[in-house]
Amino acid sequence: MNKLASALVILGVYVLHQDVWFWQAARPLVFGFLPVGLAYHAAYCVLVAVLMSVLTVVAWPAHLDRDPER
Amino acid sequence: MIPGLLVFAYLGVVLYIGIFAFSRSRGAGGAEDYFLAGRSLGSAVFLLSLFGTNMTAFTILGSAGHAFANGIVTFPLMASSSAFVIPLTLFFVGTRVWALGRRHGFITPVQMFRDRWECGHIGTVIFAVQAALLVPYIIIGVMGGGTALRGITGGLVPYWLGGAIVALVVMSYVFFGGMRGTAWVNTFQTILFLSFGGVALVLIGHGMGGFGVAMEALLASPRTAPLLTRERISPLFFLSYTVVPLSTIAFPHITIFCLTARRLAQFKRTVIMYPICILAIWLPCVFLGVAANAMHDVPRIEEKLQARSALAAPAGLTEPERSALRRAAAGDDVILVMLERYAPIWLAGLLGAGIMAAVMASDSQILALSTMFTEDVFAFYGGRERFGESIQVQTGRLFVVLLTVMAYVIALQVPQSIFDLAVQFAFSGYASLSPLLFAALFWPRSTKWGALAVALWSAFAVVYTARVPGALAWGGLMPVVPMTFISCALMAVVSLVTPPPSTDTIARYRL
Repeated sequence: MNKLASALVILGVYVLHQDVWFWQAARPLVFGFLPVGLAYHAAYCVLVAVLMSVLTVVAWPAHLDRDPER
Repeated sequence: MIPGLLVFAYLGVVLYIGIFAFSRSRGAGGAEDYFLAGRSLGSAVFLLSLFGTNMTAFTILGSAGHAFANGIVTFPLMASSSAFVIPLTLFFVGTRVWALGRRHGFITPVQMFRDRWECGHIGTVIFAVQAALLVPYIIIGVMGGGTALRGITGGLVPYWLGGAIVALVVMSYVFFGGMRGTAWVNTFQTILFLSFGGVALVLIGHGMGGFGVAMEALLASPRTAPLLTRERISPLFFLSYTVVPLSTIAFPHITIFCLTARRLAQFKRTVIMYPICILAIWLPCVFLGVAANAMHDVPRIEEKLQARSALAAPAGLTEPERSALRRAAAGDDVILVMLERYAPIWLAGLLGAGIMAAVMASDSQILALSTMFTEDVFAFYGGRERFGESIQVQTGRLFVVLLTVMAYVIALQVPQSIFDLAVQFAFSGYASLSPLLFAALFWPRSTKWGALAVALWSAFAVVYTARVPGALAWGGLMPVVPMTFISCALMAVVSLVTPPPSTDTIARYRL
């Protein structure tokens, strides 16, 4: 994955944070008690963890560990 | 009394860890060992301590209080936006700061700025702005300690004494343990308060007879139903909150902490697990803060709800009356009240220790300020050459004592809520300073004059927005957005019209 693709994926995940589609909705209550807007952002945190684990594979700055001056 | 005793036992354990760490590091000595734990922290300690370092009194007490007043919006505003921005900044900025710290031996960000932009006194200006913005953050810890101990002991320990005890414990282990002691204490505390949220949620939910009933009750009332949506805030205001977490990487204690990792690979686990840690601690706190609105059977919460209703009255209140009502309606202690009501007494004590773990996060800020003072001022202006490295470390320790005492005295005088104080001064200011790091690492053409412009603008903007309510809140945005964008513009424009650093220097920063 190149830099542009990584940037686009990051941008896409950022856009998903601005969830205007659940703005005025409290229902359904996920698991019977969690308002949908809150459940969405809980799931969003998991999505970010997935994004970061992908980035550590495809965009990890490994060259920083090979410092010639060290 | 039992919860109070358990919390005091916890404080004893924390002190032991700090002093134990000191005895391990005593042989190594030196500024790098005291201030950076010899750049030797392992993977788990790095993750847990970095996360704990960034969690404050405001994470548990302030977030629940904010959710109590504003509803579920607290979570996406502060938690999920941080879950997105902070790991990315650690990934792109933290790893590079780590590499440059290894390459050039930096201990503080100002050392890097001075070298990167070939400047001396401008670095001192940046130090002064960073230090001034960090002090309120330290005060939050003392205030949170006072609030938490008073709440956990049912008022037996007054606010002033609780704040003093917490300040003394933190000061002691920072003084003796330095970065190694602080990191180990933070690791222990993070494990504790990560466990806190889930346990508190289960206990209180069980005590209330299930959260479903509470949510239905909130939805049934037009006054409380909006707490379960975001209809009370604009999407633009919501969007602007995603700029706030840029402050995290610019906080000196976080930048300095990036230098403590033994290997680059330790950032990997940290950036992946960071969002999960945020979820684990923030979701229960925010949810419980919202659910507290349904607890009319708890007298202290009902008093807060009554005060809020009185505040909503259209007219007829004097300003002193409004201030008194605002204080009465503040929800910073709702979680403590809920635990007192629903948790068994011994478990309330353990959970109280979890809360104490979060509110004692000021240790890293105190150590960072001490590190900055001894490296950026004492050593830079000849103190290390004249008196030696041992005296430098002792100076850092003395600074820890002075700073803690000062923070405590101020905490007794400032009646503002934990959350307001944090956002108004520290977070916005550091978000506005974040272009310094981005420019130093990613823009070779950036100059010391651009850096000076950013530092002076950030200082001015913080004072201006603090003194003039609504200032810089353009078009419904939070002031932090124009503050940060103007910082970026100043860095760009001023750098382009001033001479760049030498090509040798720029080459040394090519990563």
